[in-house]
Amino acid sequence: MSGYLTGVLVVLAFNVMAAYAVYLPLAAGQLNLGIAGFMAIGAYGSAFLTNEYMWPMWAAVPVGALAAGLTGLLIGLPVLRTHGIYFAMATFALGQVISAVFLNLEVVGGAAGYPVTDYAGPNVVFAAAAGVVLLMLYISRTRFALELTAVKSDPTVADLLGVPVRGMKVAAFALGAMVAGFGGALYAHHYNFVEAQHFNVLLSVFTVLYVLFGGTQTVWGPLVGAAFFTLVPELLRASDQWRYAVFAVFIIVFMAIRPQGLVTAALFRQFRRRAPEASS
Amino acid sequence: MSTALEISALSKSFAGVQAIRDLSFTVPKGVSTALIGPNGAGKTTVFNMVSGVYGVDAGRITVNGVDVTRMPSRKRIGTGVARSFQNVRLMPHLSVLENLLVGQHVRASSLAALFTPYRLIPNHRWKREARAALEESGLGRWADETVSALPYGVRKRIDLVRATLAGASLLMLDEPAAGLNPSETNALRDHLKDLMAKGTTLLVVEHDMHFVDSICQNVVVLNFGEKIAEGPLSRVRQDPKVREAYIGSDGEA
Repeated sequence: MSGYLTGVLVVLAFNVMAAYAVYLPLAAGQLNLGIAGFMAIGAYGSAFLTNEYMWPMWAAVPVGALAAGLTGLLIGLPVLRTHGIYFAMATFALGQVISAVFLNLEVVGGAAGYPVTDYAGPNVVFAAAAGVVLLMLYISRTRFALELTAVKSDPTVADLLGVPVRGMKVAAFALGAMVAGFGGALYAHHYNFVEAQHFNVLLSVFTVLYVLFGGTQTVWGPLVGAAFFTLVPELLRASDQWRYAVFAVFIIVFMAIRPQGLVTAALFRQFRRRAPEASS
Repeated sequence: MSTALEISALSKSFAGVQAIRDLSFTVPKGVSTALIGPNGAGKTTVFNMVSGVYGVDAGRITVNGVDVTRMPSRKRIGTGVARSFQNVRLMPHLSVLENLLVGQHVRASSLAALFTPYRLIPNHRWKREARAALEESGLGRWADETVSALPYGVRKRIDLVRATLAGASLLMLDEPAAGLNPSETNALRDHLKDLMAKGTTLLVVEHDMHFVDSICQNVVVLNFGEKIAEGPLSRVRQDPKVREAYIGSDGEA
């Protein structure tokens, strides 16, 4: 594999992990606009443990992920009292605050950035992304995923059927934060350098775009969305600049025509129904 | 006879307007009851308080012998009370079967149940049970359809199956016959009679008096949040207070 191709696929792997971190709370109807902040916690947490305490990477990365998840849990409890746009605003601000804290934290290099010792090769990153996808596929086959959809679709009815609406939201938010932290930690070890400026608003917003484009109804949406937004701009890289404008217009038109995203549950059911007909 | 629902001295006001005033009535087990009255009489408010969507200002609500007055709405399904809404509220993007699976939550809420990959297990007992319940109601062929694509009458009945799977023994139905054509109304009536035969007690808000007459043994009449009459429909409709309350409306009571 060429270095260029490997580089693109590594970016894809990080984008996929980030997309699932956004997808989990979104599956319960919660838009997390601060996902970059949770990535930063995982990245700095794992980097700090390996740099300062000589922790091996295989121990530091999960702890970084857990730290991000725990932060999500603690912050999710009060923040999830807010709804809709207010929740999105709160997570947006949260992402900014976390990034600002690391920017000013001298113990991890402050604005100069933080070099990281242990190196995670491309194959480790690929395996991690595959692991996240498999975990998400597993979750999507459970009652947990079904009830997240119920909470998103009609919280009042879900509540009356006994579903712990707030608990499900907090769980999805914290799990998403953990996945973000996991991806962030690997990011730190793959590039061997972290700086707070990387975990900015644009990163959060782009990740949300992957998920919305791919669709939130099925577990495949984030994967398709992340792949689309990572690979298509690469294909356009060598071409004229105006093709990017066409790409942007395409996204706007697409979201207007198909707000539910590319991959939907109905689409799957359609295929499933056609399959037996074709074989008979 | 034990009671499915007991409401005593219930009051509720919204921004100074008294919606329910000192309301008391009981629904004995097995005696399906209709809650009728002119628009704005407070019928849906009673449903909202029994299901816990609204809190109460004063009074007491008991379901199957359990005081639910201060119980969080989410826990009340465990006492056996379920409700439908005026416009059916199923999860539109989910399939019929998935909607029914959500209804089973109350009996499958442990952490282990939440993370069992039931979709990977062919014929998992949850799916089997939901399919069986659908078949029993003659709705089996809709199992894998997306809810939003189904006829209104079918959706109403799937709502009933979901409540049944949630283990409801007291079912509160808000205008079940509204918006249905005659054949759908008949199918709904048969479905409800079947549920009653199996031991479910109904509390029904309904304007169609023929429908009420065919499934309810008792009627409670509300007007301006107060009970003005109670008894079998044939007697209640002769009551002068009831007649007065309905003057200017369709006069059918």
